[in-house]
Amino acid sequence: MMTTLRIAFLPLTDVAVLAVARERGFAEEEGISLDLVRTTSWATLRDRLVFGQVQAAHMLAPLAVAVTLGLSQQGASLAAPYKLSVNGNMLVMACDFAQALDPDIARRLHDPLGTAHDFAAAIGLWRRKPVIGVVHRFSSHAIMLRYWLASAGVDPDRDVILRVLPPSLTTEAMRAGEIDGFIAGEPWGSAAVEAGLAEAVAVGERIWQRGVEKVLTFRTDWLEANPAIADRLLRALARSAAWCDDASNHAALAHLLSDPRYVDQPAELIQRALSGQIVARMGMAPLSMPDFMLFAREATAFPWRSQALWIYSQLVRWKMVDHSPANMANAAGVFRPDVFRRALADSDVALPGASMKVEGAVNTPLAVGSKRGELTLGPDRFFDGRVFDPERIDDFLAGFDAAQQDFAP
Amino acid sequence: MRIVIIDDSGLRATVLEEGLREAGYDDIHIVPPRGAFVARLERMAPDVVLMDLGSPSRDTLEEMLTVSRALARPIAMFVDQSDEAMIGAAIDAGISAYVVDGLRKERVKPVLELAVRRFNAFARIQTELEEARTALSDRKIIDRAKSILIHQRGLSEPDAYALLRTSAMNQGKKIVDVAQALVTASDLLGGSA
Repeated sequence: MMTTLRIAFLPLTDVAVLAVARERGFAEEEGISLDLVRTTSWATLRDRLVFGQVQAAHMLAPLAVAVTLGLSQQGASLAAPYKLSVNGNMLVMACDFAQALDPDIARRLHDPLGTAHDFAAAIGLWRRKPVIGVVHRFSSHAIMLRYWLASAGVDPDRDVILRVLPPSLTTEAMRAGEIDGFIAGEPWGSAAVEAGLAEAVAVGERIWQRGVEKVLTFRTDWLEANPAIADRLLRALARSAAWCDDASNHAALAHLLSDPRYVDQPAELIQRALSGQIVARMGMAPLSMPDFMLFAREATAFPWRSQALWIYSQLVRWKMVDHSPANMANAAGVFRPDVFRRALADSDVALPGASMKVEGAVNTPLAVGSKRGELTLGPDRFFDGRVFDPERIDDFLAGFDAAQQDFAP
Repeated sequence: MRIVIIDDSGLRATVLEEGLREAGYDDIHIVPPRGAFVARLERMAPDVVLMDLGSPSRDTLEEMLTVSRALARPIAMFVDQSDEAMIGAAIDAGISAYVVDGLRKERVKPVLELAVRRFNAFARIQTELEEARTALSDRKIIDRAKSILIHQRGLSEPDAYALLRTSAMNQGKKIVDVAQALVTASDLLGGSA
């Protein structure tokens, strides 16, 4: 018997795994009929999930944590047993702003630390406090931008203006001069580059080599009440993700996502992120970034609890939530490696033995303990060399305070 | 009570505003979600903000509600979280409502109920318009198919229609689909009708 599941999503390249699960029959093989509900704001996606209009959502990982902690309108306990993507974000700035940065774009993108310092200097040269678009207060993009700016002593709440706007309106806002740049998921950065309005200033995979991005999110009560359906969905998604990661499918995938029901942007733009061929400035030859966006390899989909805690550490750092044992436990509990393991126990997906790891500690591909087969983790360093040990959050946070004091006058 | 409607569709906002005025609310403002709408909204200091759930600008609005210093009192979505039926009806109708803290539930509920009714009525009108439009284009296709049959097979108009209908029934299709197939085939074969 077919089970119909409604899942809300935003038009972004990283909806790929859900779209393919539906369009290539992976969901159907598991007896699931996917009804994907296109949504244009994170607020509406959140409301549809929290108030039960959909059973699951393609959600920003920090938003799932924030809703659970009661930070974003109506609170609800959310559960994310599956990561839909890793990496995929790009910061683009107006071309005249970027003139103050390293003109060699490959070098600029390769050296986020140097570029952050150049960016700090460029702020003073700009005609106003730069207005940078972010897709949501509780987005990986905003958190990553804050982390990157602060590394060069820029206070994101004082030295720049962060303006929230949905990805689909970014190009229009650039054209109208309402924002000077923005950080968003693809294909929106590429769309602004292609329109000649902006050029790439930083890419996610160079800031955090394996940055947590979108997660499949359920209400916890629904997930607990429907374990068998959730397991079937996860198995379908795992097969879909493997298909999405296969380079020989990227052209077909880009074509599929270009459909008005999904991203509604040209396939050529969408394929850049999928293939890791990034055009950083209009007319330039693409730069090769093989880790620009990941779906399946290296157990990408596995929801490491340490990554939920990393998000939590950043919310605490920016004073968006009080640091307390209860908040920390609730944040960690949003990621559900237990459900992932249960659902994929009999599949050929590699299952990490641990649920937490030290984030930012892998320099070169590393073989790790796995229940089945080989599992190699890719390098996951932060550009500033920091290491996040989820057992020592206080030390990690204290490190930022000390660094901030270095910049104090 | 000051009510601000944030809406791109002029017609829907008007439908809602009329309803609210008829019900005796007179401090109503419509703001399209473009440009510096957030700054305008701050100056207006609304008690209730109504917005289409489908508007991409909701994230921008919520951020403003989170950080604004101009709005003295916090604004939260929906008046009473315990009123699940009301919230469900609002979401089904496609409305998000933001209400200043401290405004009594009894005062906001009628506004929200009215908004739900008006949004639903508007959606119905839209659907009916769409259906009317489809019916009109269906009619045109069927007329063309009939005309092809009349000219090429020498049938009378009732016979042409009966033939289309019988074919549709035999194939388990809609008449308009059979007619469309006929028109397409005729175009491909260079027929004129």
